[in-house]
Amino acid sequence: MTMDQLTPESADESPVPGAVVARQGSPVRGSRGRHAGPAAAGLPSAAELWAARPSWGRRSFAAIRANPLASAGAGIIVAMAAFCFIGPLLYHTDQLHVFLSRANLSPGAGHPLGTDGDGNDELGRLMIGGRISLEVGAASGLLAAIVGSLWGAAAGYAGGVADAVMMRVVDAGIAIPTVVLLLVMVSIVRPSTWVLVLFIAATSWLSTARLVRAEAITLRVREYVQAVRVMGGSGMRVVVRHIAPNALGTIAVNVSFQIANAILVLATLSYLNLGVQFPSVDWGQMIYLAVQAIDNGYWWQIVAPGTAIMLVVVAFTMLGDGLRDGIGQDV
Amino acid sequence: MTAYLARRALQAIVVVVLVTLIVFLLVRLAPGGARAAVLGSGQSGSPFLLQYLSWLGRVAHGDLGFSLIRNQSVGSLLAASLPRTLALTVTSTVIALAVAIPAGILQAARRGSAADHVLRGLTLVFYGLPSFVLGSVLILFFAVDRHYFGAEGPQAAGFTGVIADWHDLTLPVLTLSLMTIAIFARYMRSAAVDSLAQDYVEAARARGAGDRRVLIRHVLRNSLIPVVTLVGLSVPQIVGGALIVESLFNIQGVGWEIWQAALGHDVAVTLGFSLVIGVAAVVGSLMADIGYALLDPRVRHSLT
Repeated sequence: MTMDQLTPESADESPVPGAVVARQGSPVRGSRGRHAGPAAAGLPSAAELWAARPSWGRRSFAAIRANPLASAGAGIIVAMAAFCFIGPLLYHTDQLHVFLSRANLSPGAGHPLGTDGDGNDELGRLMIGGRISLEVGAASGLLAAIVGSLWGAAAGYAGGVADAVMMRVVDAGIAIPTVVLLLVMVSIVRPSTWVLVLFIAATSWLSTARLVRAEAITLRVREYVQAVRVMGGSGMRVVVRHIAPNALGTIAVNVSFQIANAILVLATLSYLNLGVQFPSVDWGQMIYLAVQAIDNGYWWQIVAPGTAIMLVVVAFTMLGDGLRDGIGQDV
Repeated sequence: MTAYLARRALQAIVVVVLVTLIVFLLVRLAPGGARAAVLGSGQSGSPFLLQYLSWLGRVAHGDLGFSLIRNQSVGSLLAASLPRTLALTVTSTVIALAVAIPAGILQAARRGSAADHVLRGLTLVFYGLPSFVLGSVLILFFAVDRHYFGAEGPQAAGFTGVIADWHDLTLPVLTLSLMTIAIFARYMRSAAVDSLAQDYVEAARARGAGDRRVLIRHVLRNSLIPVVTLVGLSVPQIVGGALIVESLFNIQGVGWEIWQAALGHDVAVTLGFSLVIGVAAVVGSLMADIGYALLDPRVRHSLT
């Protein structure tokens, strides 16, 4: 933690000059070292501190560990992933055949969470269904964050008319509710599961673009960016080597929120019977089937997948909130 | 002030044009029969810009297309379904504001207290709980187990007809307002935390104002201004939420129509409705900005 608080300070003073200097060779670095060396013997220089700092991954891990909210979120996510991907190896159920003799059994011996209308074991179905929810959620959340970051960084760095046009496109996209936009797409083409990833990403990258653009605008006027421009660095170099890495914290937080959102959107679409199609199964579809017979009061068929969706979405939101707090202290 | 409003209105017009362009591009992606139904026959051969302008011209004259599946014009479907959706969303938004504003200010004033933590946890849970799960659980308990309220929403036509049927309207409104409260309360809490840190709060305290007076006269009044923006910007989210609630409670509003159209590949309806919703949302955020400029003296005077 002390290390965490130390590095950004030194980073603020001369993070990028340090990195640039190291790449450009000895002359500058040497003269600076000779000058600083004897005066402050024994103390590490800023460049050495920068080189010795923990890796980005290790720092995020430390940030998660230090924040109870984030570690609780990460713990739930790991537990749910284990439940969905390792669970079926230990708890064998038949999710392919229909057994009307044991349909709609309430939770009890043999079926801890009861059975659904086809006689499938709810617990086993929850594990199988969670796979698609998590996979599609993670893939489309990540894709949305990447597309949104690139769009936002380009708009923020370009400025002027290009920025204005790019952001009005984002405004127009945000004006139409995500669900409505998705229903329009689905009314035109019924997607396979992996096309769904594209559809969900296509409707949710907009918020990331706004966020990263704001970040890029504050970063492009920083001294180290101007220093690179003065030294003749191209716009591409500034965006890729300086703006993108420094916005990484914001983007990492946003990936977490995007995944939470994508899981929610997929569940919503499947609940509307327009998402994952039979014989594939996900949590939203389980609720859709249960709602068709809601008058019978088979509460376990709704409460089980509903709790699973809520747990995962809240976990990713907590992780994002915690990471943001951790990074906020950093910066 | 007028210069600001003119610039903001111009920006909104650009966004509206982009919304129509997005919708039009989706029309062009639609399969042949559906595309012809929206664009009109004999149009498929003409150039892109000509197609777009002729479509835009018809939309501007109120012709949103014709649903071959429902054998009705999209405009008449919209006219029949809109009052139901308005009854649902307006009621829910009013209730959500009435709960979220005091809750947010209470949380900010008692920051870090047990009440703050409990409310934060609750908003997080309702934020993560999909509205269709929440609504299903409410139906299971209040309609199936105890017969307090109807499991199906109001089937009456018209705004007043829907409002009058409170027995069936209670559960849909409860679902939508709980979801909206979760959005608003998060925002209100941070707005009130910001207000509390302002100089005028310290000045009021220095003059000897008590907690109650500071919260009501200074924090509440200043936090109400961003609420205008919040409601304006939340239009897409509230409409999206209404779609889910309408599908669950079988209320034949705007969202229900879009859902049924998507299930039946009725592209004319999904496109026409999404266009209207998109334009409504842009107008909503424009009005929010204008309202904000008119209400907040700091903004009002800085813009003159």
